[in-house]
Amino acid sequence: MDRPKIRLDKKLVDYARQLAKEITDEVQQMIEQHSTVSVERTVLRLFGVDGVTDDQIPLVNVVVDKIKEWEMLQDGVAKPFVNAMVVLDKSAQQIAEAIVDGLDLRSLPRASNEKINMKMLELSRQSLETISKKSQQREDLLKELGDPPQPYKYLIVATGNIYEDVVQARAAVQQGADIIAIIRSTAQSLLDYVPYGATTEGYGGTYATQENFRIMRQALDDMARKVKRYVRQVNYASGLCMPEIAALAAMEGLDILLNDAMYGILFRDINMIRTFTDQYISRLLCAFSGITINTGEDNYLTTADAIEKAHTVTASQLVNEQFALKAGMKSRLMGLGHAFEIDPDVEDGLLYEIAHAMLARELFADYPIKYMPPTKFMTGNIFKGYAVETLYNLVSVMTGQSIQLLGILTEAIHTPYLHDRYLALINANYVFNNARHLGREVIFKKDGFIEKRANQVLREAVDLLEHTRDVGLLRAIEEGQFADISRARDGGKGLEGVFRKSESYVNPIQDELEKRLGVKK
Amino acid sequence: MNTDLRNIRPYGDQSGDGAVQLSFTLPLQYGPLAREAAKRLCENMGFQDITIATMEDIGENFTFFVIYGKTTASVDASAIKVVAPKFKKMTREQLDEVVKREFNRRIVVVGATIGTDAHTVGLDSILNMKGFHGDYGLERYHAFKVYNMGAQVSPVEVVKKVREVDADVILVSQVVTQRNVHIKHLTELMDLLYAEGVREDLLVVVGGPRITHELALELGYDAGFGAGTTPSDVANFIVQELLRKYSR
Repeated sequence: MDRPKIRLDKKLVDYARQLAKEITDEVQQMIEQHSTVSVERTVLRLFGVDGVTDDQIPLVNVVVDKIKEWEMLQDGVAKPFVNAMVVLDKSAQQIAEAIVDGLDLRSLPRASNEKINMKMLELSRQSLETISKKSQQREDLLKELGDPPQPYKYLIVATGNIYEDVVQARAAVQQGADIIAIIRSTAQSLLDYVPYGATTEGYGGTYATQENFRIMRQALDDMARKVKRYVRQVNYASGLCMPEIAALAAMEGLDILLNDAMYGILFRDINMIRTFTDQYISRLLCAFSGITINTGEDNYLTTADAIEKAHTVTASQLVNEQFALKAGMKSRLMGLGHAFEIDPDVEDGLLYEIAHAMLARELFADYPIKYMPPTKFMTGNIFKGYAVETLYNLVSVMTGQSIQLLGILTEAIHTPYLHDRYLALINANYVFNNARHLGREVIFKKDGFIEKRANQVLREAVDLLEHTRDVGLLRAIEEGQFADISRARDGGKGLEGVFRKSESYVNPIQDELEKRLGVKK
Repeated sequence: MNTDLRNIRPYGDQSGDGAVQLSFTLPLQYGPLAREAAKRLCENMGFQDITIATMEDIGENFTFFVIYGKTTASVDASAIKVVAPKFKKMTREQLDEVVKREFNRRIVVVGATIGTDAHTVGLDSILNMKGFHGDYGLERYHAFKVYNMGAQVSPVEVVKKVREVDADVILVSQVVTQRNVHIKHLTELMDLLYAEGVREDLLVVVGGPRITHELALELGYDAGFGAGTTPSDVANFIVQELLRKYSR
């Protein structure tokens, strides 16, 4: 391993994990009792329902809304929907289209439970089979082309037009990018549906749609073969459609999804029960299909002081880790996040940054940790900003970070120009190459500033976790303990899409995923 | 040094040399044609003595340039009238004192990043207790009661909040925009304020890296604050402008 070590208080580390486990155990019980409209739509998507109505409403939305209107949703969509498939002997797509055309599921005779269960199992297995094949293809291509050295260079493309994104992504790969993220149109996280088809209009980004995923996947694979280096594709399973995006990403072979257990609650004001439930199903899908998640702890530092609130990052990482474990995720898929956001005018700010980066690296030793660039103090002086990014890259390569979202010198001015991305890669390529094995040579002074600081942040994280354990995570969020943002458990967007499962609730996809991932009790 | 205000030119290393640095990308394959095209483009922009410091192949038939040139253009700075929000700089304590004396209540401020923009960086640095670069945010003042609505707020929600808390001031932030969508959002909000009949009772202020006071006035706002604005600038403007408004 080409990175230095840091001595953390081992007992404190174990205690912190134990606290995070207790915190999430309690929430998980609540998750088990609920489902959401997005979870149900995910089931339909995996059964093979696709497409939109003439008014551009996804069929899965129409079906779930109808079943809700018929007051059958508390049992889950699977049973009534598959019953229709059995008694009418039609495909999932045909049934969905029939519902759009006026088919009322309440009017249908009931097939035997045995027949319905068999059909549900068959459909679930088929869809998981498709996903398995897709992830196997990814594995094979990765093996064939080879994995680039870490930190992976991660770049964002955001033109609003998928075809233009392709041009920019191809250029970025040629210049050395290892990971391409298509940032989403800014309002998408609050849409309670997934838009459809190839899109050419978006604000601040491009809509995440299945077709857009496919177009970019094809382009990146072509480029990867050309440059003989595997290129990873990223999108965002956050907002109101976490599990659906995860399902679409799994079907189209994406490598990484932004996916945080609390981000939507805090920063998008999405209802907490909705988010917790959705993140669980989305993570089952990620775990099964080998998609790496990236969590959003960097956001804690853009709204608060990066030194004062460093411990909130650590606490959130530990919570995210425990939620991911509950969904059967392996550590190699947990790209926990943190950021380089300390005010550049702080004396010894670099030492703090190194301490924080080492804390994350040491706590999550073999995880694909994701490091986020400076944004808050990128003031428009692009020359100084470029210098700050050089230090960011140096800290990353020295401390052995895994995924490096490259800083853009025009951050906070406009969406990146083509050459802004090029300059970001020049900087990263220079620093990573020039200091490739620096980490091997570094030993941190025993009880020196860096080691002390890392342990101090860990202690503060433990204090926050202790309090959270005592009052419960929902209460802690209501108190504003995370990011100084207070959210009520019965408030937020998407609450109307949450429902309590009945005794006879069935979700065959979830059951099959839990069984295969070994998380079923 | 004697500066002739009527004939201002960029300064490189000597007076009036007109030196400018440029960087841009052309959608042309790296090569002699791209070089010549960049040079002529700079000539068309009015530059002379053009030096192509570097040109680099950035893939997909794009070429990146860093270019130095000299402009013969100049500007008569003596003839320019700058519009900027007007206020005297008072300290936080002085402002708190003035508000206590003159208003005998706190000034209610509603802040929001409107439209599709997800960035609260600008809004937070003006409103949050901590502020920016050692200049405390509005929340730190006794003079203000602040409601920070965060990002992606619709104009309708802003108006609802304004009514709910009986606001004196709206602070709108627009950070990252594409295709001038911020103009559309700002116009929408202003139109709605008029339609709802609340415009005249409010001080409406907009801030962001691409906002100028002139643009703000054009869009019907009371003030616009651009890059480099500190929370105390905004605080001073609000208090002093409200005093002016109420004394009218």
